[in-house]
Amino acid sequence: MNTTTTTQSRIKVITGNAAAAIAAKLARPDVVAAYPITPQTEVIEQISTFHASGEMDCELITVEGENSAMNAVMAASLAGGRVFTASSSWGLVFMYDAVLAVAGARAPVVMVNVNRETPGIIAVSSGQQDMISTRDAGWIFLIAEDCQEVLDLVLQAYRLAEDYDIQLPVMVHYDGFFLSYLSEGVDIPEQETVDQFLSVLKTQPKRTVLHPGEKLGVGSHGILGGYMELRHKHVTAMERSKAKFEEIDQEFADIFGRSYGGQVEEYRTDDADIVLLGSGSMCGTIKAVIDEQREKGERIGLVKIRMYRPFPHQALTAALKGKKAIGVVDRSLAFGFDGGPIYTELKAFETRMDGAKLVSFIDGIANTDITKTNVEKMIQMTRDLADGKDVPEVTWVSYPDANTKGGK
Amino acid sequence: MMSEVRFHGRGGQGVVTTSKILANAFARTGQYGASFPMFGFERRGAPVTAFGRFSDKPVREKTQIYNPNILVVLDPSQKKAANVFDGLLPGGMMLLNDKKNTDDVRHENLRKLAVVDANGIAMAEIGLPIPNTVVVGAFAKMSGLLDIGPVLEALADYFSGKKLAANEICAQRGFQEVQMFDL
Repeated sequence: MNTTTTTQSRIKVITGNAAAAIAAKLARPDVVAAYPITPQTEVIEQISTFHASGEMDCELITVEGENSAMNAVMAASLAGGRVFTASSSWGLVFMYDAVLAVAGARAPVVMVNVNRETPGIIAVSSGQQDMISTRDAGWIFLIAEDCQEVLDLVLQAYRLAEDYDIQLPVMVHYDGFFLSYLSEGVDIPEQETVDQFLSVLKTQPKRTVLHPGEKLGVGSHGILGGYMELRHKHVTAMERSKAKFEEIDQEFADIFGRSYGGQVEEYRTDDADIVLLGSGSMCGTIKAVIDEQREKGERIGLVKIRMYRPFPHQALTAALKGKKAIGVVDRSLAFGFDGGPIYTELKAFETRMDGAKLVSFIDGIANTDITKTNVEKMIQMTRDLADGKDVPEVTWVSYPDANTKGGK
Repeated sequence: MMSEVRFHGRGGQGVVTTSKILANAFARTGQYGASFPMFGFERRGAPVTAFGRFSDKPVREKTQIYNPNILVVLDPSQKKAANVFDGLLPGGMMLLNDKKNTDDVRHENLRKLAVVDANGIAMAEIGLPIPNTVVVGAFAKMSGLLDIGPVLEALADYFSGKKLAANEICAQRGFQEVQMFDL
């Protein structure tokens, strides 16, 4: 992140969850509906507090479960309201049919998902598996690295979701535990500044909304050609969102003084011959290790995925092209594939990277910590690959048993 | 220079709040602080660990702390637990909530021990055995990294009214009454 200008606003030490709640408040939603779940609960606690004290003038629907939460915000969104919800893991799964319906209806719902392992193995632990389990729902997915980026991305998400040319739901992801409970300094913008940033939406044509008593069909009503038309419009809107997100990042920088680089952030990649590719909170740790290794002369950089859906393959190819080797770090699994999900996706674009070799690292699932030692190990293996040494295609960094003979 | 601090206590003692208040206080001095806890299911009495990084430069690491240079032990029953000392760096410090120095807390890398009767002070001032705000005051004194001023200012983000006033006294007493021993 580059801080180009100083702002008047105050730094407060808050958690990632509080940053999400404050961002939601600053966006002035009309309707919030949500149900608490670890590690997201604090988001709802904070919003309830803002609502109770009158700081937040919205309809707050404390529903009996996540499925109702998503249905409530979908309806409110289709009626023209600005909406917010938050969930995680089991909660996200429990609202899954409505998550799909929201996408089909092109309702510009904004939510945060606090990443946690999914049902299957019962665990309260961090991991991006819930993100992967919902990645093909047709939502735009953004991923935050630190508490400031949580706040900033929620604000940017409204600009993206409600943009007349986009009209898609946006989910902002951040790591449970490692970010949801992390307390650090966050520059909280003034309400007027946020109002100014979001005011562009008011100048755009109005999207079609439901009115009581008037007949209107919304969502994917169609078969054959009609269905395909809606789907094709949806995927082209997703593709448009890439450039739109870059524009929004620029405008955000002009107003708030912080730019992240849009779809992907490049950290010390210019002269790097090897690169790690990651997303979320792990990127902070990777940057710290890169700084240490740079002092020893290692030419290593980081490419961070900020927009995960649509998959920013053009931006990634541009950033990675010509590197000798790329270590892709996944905090989730692609069941049925050997490598992690982001690795398998990037692999499809390997031929466009001028010979860069790819290797997959799986780490940080089930609350395991992506430590500096682990990052150093991944950098070493990526370096070995660049040097032409024999490196396994996939390594479970914190689970050596997976990497021994016959471990697969 | 970055200090890496690991906090050990039990659910209900305010371990997480201790680490938050300190991160907050550091931010008020123009330095940087980042803290987070790690626990499974939230419940009273269960062991809780938290991590704090305090530095004059932005803190980017988002990992647990394996080689602390400072330990803060809010639960006296853990003062000799082997895992508390895991990875302690040479020249390490420990701040311990205990009635007095029992002269039996030792580790090859532990050079400085600070003891404060945080439960006793908290009982006297707020009527509850929640030692956290006494501990943050004592931490400022022991570490030499913070003045009591920013600690008192930070408290206002977590308490208000009579509770704030009582906890301010707790922090001040922690700052004044902590006893330090060279080992």
